[in-house]
Amino acid sequence: MSEYAIEAQQLSRRFGKFTAVDAISFQVRPGEVFGFLGANGAGKTTAIRMLIGLLAPTSGSARVAGYDILTQAEQVRRRIGYMSQRFSLYEDLTVRENITLYGGIYGVSDQDIVRRTEEILGRIGLSEPASRELVRDIPLGWKQQLAFCVALLHRPGVVFLDEPTGGVDPITRRRFWELIYETAAAGTSVLVTTHYLDEAEYCNRISIMVNGAIAAMGAPAEVRTRFGAETLDQVFLRLTRPGTAA
Amino acid sequence: MKSFLGFVRKEALHLLRDRQTLAILLLLPVIQVLIFGFAVRTDVREIAIVIVDPTPDLATLELRDRVAASDRFRVVRVAPSTSQLDAQFRASMVRQALVLPRDVARRIGRGDSLPVQLLTDGSDPNTGGIMQGYATAIVQRWYADLAPSRASLQIQALSRMRYNPTLESSHLFVPGLIAFVLTIVSAMMTAISITREKETGTMEMLLVSPIRPAAIVAGKVTPYVALGFLSVLLVLIVARVVFEVPLRGSLALLLAESGLYIVTALALGILISTQAPTQRTAMIFALAGLMMPTLLLSGFIFPLDSLPVWLRTISYVVPARWFLIVVRGIMIKGAGLATLWQETLVLVGMTTFLLLAGSRKLAIRLG
Repeated sequence: MSEYAIEAQQLSRRFGKFTAVDAISFQVRPGEVFGFLGANGAGKTTAIRMLIGLLAPTSGSARVAGYDILTQAEQVRRRIGYMSQRFSLYEDLTVRENITLYGGIYGVSDQDIVRRTEEILGRIGLSEPASRELVRDIPLGWKQQLAFCVALLHRPGVVFLDEPTGGVDPITRRRFWELIYETAAAGTSVLVTTHYLDEAEYCNRISIMVNGAIAAMGAPAEVRTRFGAETLDQVFLRLTRPGTAA
Repeated sequence: MKSFLGFVRKEALHLLRDRQTLAILLLLPVIQVLIFGFAVRTDVREIAIVIVDPTPDLATLELRDRVAASDRFRVVRVAPSTSQLDAQFRASMVRQALVLPRDVARRIGRGDSLPVQLLTDGSDPNTGGIMQGYATAIVQRWYADLAPSRASLQIQALSRMRYNPTLESSHLFVPGLIAFVLTIVSAMMTAISITREKETGTMEMLLVSPIRPAAIVAGKVTPYVALGFLSVLLVLIVARVVFEVPLRGSLALLLAESGLYIVTALALGILISTQAPTQRTAMIFALAGLMMPTLLLSGFIFPLDSLPVWLRTISYVVPARWFLIVVRGIMIKGAGLATLWQETLVLVGMTTFLLLAGSRKLAIRLG
């Protein structure tokens, strides 16, 4: 029905008098890496929470993976993956137990769970003994990659990553973006929020949110040209602090 | 169903890997029974008593023998006068004093009145009352034996405590302990384990997934239901082996009623978890909101009859109050469902209400 992986129309959310998200509209194409940028409190997380069904919009509508987030939440849930800001695996379960648990929750068949477990371990380079360790005991870089792969376990059409690279070292961040590209190349759309503007350059398209509204949107090069800026940093500063000359 | 079983497995693993908590949860029932059984008892033994006997004769010797023979009393000394009693009471050397008049045997022979004074340390009113009862019983019996003709003219009430003739307090506290332990295991642990997932962020992952909130909650509480049953059995076994507390009614009925109460407690735990943002708050809610009423307003520690009316009114909404009547009925009186159906029905009603309220709150929170 819809050719877009995500299609938001005039999506808004108010908390009392405060408007966290103010009538945002955007589309994400299949296989696209879409960067969601903005200062803390700009409304990124609120927007994502509406798209994944954790929060009801005050007005507006959206379709995710072809289904309406309000009326077809169940279908949406089956077709999206989500990795939250906070670490989302169970620390007191082993790597394998985490994968099996989430596989079971998403209704992945036993054979597929076994096969995909080996795939994931190979993909992030985790050894057999390490896979039987508690998640608590493996390094953070691996945990984040693992959380990402677990979010993709049921082969969702869209995956939402909320600041996935917070607190990891540059090498792991690079490795993480390789994983994102692989995923997008396989046809899954990726919506990623980030604080790192160099990472924004890796996205196919970006949107910059200011005070709940989308202030700029387009391919990174396009956005830079439109603002006559050399880097996204300058664009970002000009948008978020209009008074300062960048 | 498969995702539900996976979920139960996960929850069981959490529980089994948290060795410290598990050890506490399993030891708790055992230790509680031992503490309550040995230390906290309302039946009194070895009461230090002074007998003031100014003119010893055959009659008073007989009374002294009877007091000394009872294992309720330990005769500290026999004094000729009351002069040192005050100091002895203050120093807690004695807790009771039996003061006899002069010339006891002669008075009985003549048929005169016999004023006997019984002084009891009333600083703990409950035990004080019990001590007084014991001493009065001995004196009355002794008098009736010595002066049968006079006693026969009086109305005599022969009292006998049914179901618990020796007034063993352990028979009374074990049912209360079952309610207490189940409140901790079921309500508090459920509340903590659900809020823990809220705190770590894993709850968000689950809510984004297709698994239904009801299945999440059901999966989370299942291991605690099992743990609850295990605790009940532990309490029963320790109480039976160490304190010979009887189980006069049906074990199956007792376990079924315990199962009902476990669900009540779980529902309370779920309700708490929907309100509490963190594990710490959940714990405080559970301690103040559940544990205190379970201890104090259920008839476990203080008899409900001795509560003021307004507190007694509050006690009607404490589930443990009803569960306690049921458990005491089954264990001590050997009662069956025929007599306990009303209390059972109250519990069923409360549980249904709590489950509905809990799931409603859960739904609102997700919206």
